[in-house]
Amino acid sequence: MKPLTRNQLAARVAQDIPEGAYVNLGIGAPTLIANFLPKDREIFLHSENGILGMGPAPPAGQEDWDLINAGKQAVTLLTGGAYFHHGDSFAMMRGGHLDICVLGAFQVSAAGDLANWHTGQPDAIPAVGGAMDLAVGARQVFVMMDHQTKQGEAKIVERCNYPLTAARCVDRIYTDLAVLDVTGRGLVVREMIEGLTFDELQRRSAAPLARGAAPDRTR
Amino acid sequence: MIDKIFESALAAVRDVKDGATVMVGGFGTAGQPSELVDALIEQGARDLTVVNNNAGNGELGLAALIRARRVRKIICSFPRQTNSHHFDALYRAGGIELELVPQGNLACRIEAGGSGLGAIYTPTGFGTRLAEGKETRRIDGRDYVLEFPIRADFALIKAEQGDRWGNLVYRKAARNFGPIMARAAACTVAQVTEVVPLGALDPEVIVTPGIFVHRVVAVGISRGPS
Repeated sequence: MKPLTRNQLAARVAQDIPEGAYVNLGIGAPTLIANFLPKDREIFLHSENGILGMGPAPPAGQEDWDLINAGKQAVTLLTGGAYFHHGDSFAMMRGGHLDICVLGAFQVSAAGDLANWHTGQPDAIPAVGGAMDLAVGARQVFVMMDHQTKQGEAKIVERCNYPLTAARCVDRIYTDLAVLDVTGRGLVVREMIEGLTFDELQRRSAAPLARGAAPDRTR
Repeated sequence: MIDKIFESALAAVRDVKDGATVMVGGFGTAGQPSELVDALIEQGARDLTVVNNNAGNGELGLAALIRARRVRKIICSFPRQTNSHHFDALYRAGGIELELVPQGNLACRIEAGGSGLGAIYTPTGFGTRLAEGKETRRIDGRDYVLEFPIRADFALIKAEQGDRWGNLVYRKAARNFGPIMARAAACTVAQVTEVVPLGALDPEVIVTPGIFVHRVVAVGISRGPS
């Protein structure tokens, strides 16, 4: 069994982003998804700091620091792209105009609760950014994360013990081992990597899983 | 003749008083009015409450204001970054108060402040520790948190071009908080790359109409990130 690399995982998520979707890719690993979006689909990338139609990083030396993404890296604007202020940007999220956001996570619960902004350590300096707005606002919330922590702890849990970003917001979880849907009857496994058994996946998860059919990839 | 153009950044922030609430535009360094913040450092006001998305990056602008210990409290969404060391050190030493606000709530509280609204119900933050102790309400089956407007004595923002009536256009994603902060302050000061003659800005594309802007200062091309 070979867990997916970061890039393989990003490529897997990218397959499920349909033509015409308005999508926000969270800072960190989800940003990589942009590199794998199918070239034959027109997909609108939103950046919380006021960009729709965000394009890839410019060549070295051609950075424009008035044109950055949420992670404050230099980006470009696609032909047809637009700029707008923060009020409009967050109205796009909160108002349900954004089709999909993909976020990283510390933990996701069986009910789809998301914890991704704070480890709960008392000495940590908290920072939340736009995570809570994306989690409550986007019509579909995808999580992209490792299945377990580096220490081997489950990140899919019965209840989050880290502070919540939002309750019952996650629709689908993509990990380096599996794709799972959060449903009314709990977590349903849609895909597993080759060589992984359901029992082994269950052993690496701290919430009950159910077997399900593979997802329709061309929604 | 109405002329909102000020000769210098220092003149434009001269009357910021100790204890003032000051909105500072920008997302990281994009759109941060560094020259106005430098002028505020030189001007000397202290015990400031600053509203910004972040808590300073690197050494310049807002980071320098924080390092100079002129900020009593910061209201922001994302203080902790790889280059926010001046805030981090002061915060850990108990030298600065932090009000952490989800970014969209920060934006809509500023919008409410500039729009004359008494409060807003927002879904963001419901059920989290950032909503602890706050009034909530279920409306049409969705849960909301009551949040109050943010207004300021001054808003310091950065735009690309401005005219003597205070009309502004911005540059790329440096727009971010500028237009909404401009509406939420008793006195809005815009630093611009260039002052243009009245009529030079296409009325169809003016982003911030001059009614929201009280002072305009040309600073030329502002320096990039530190």
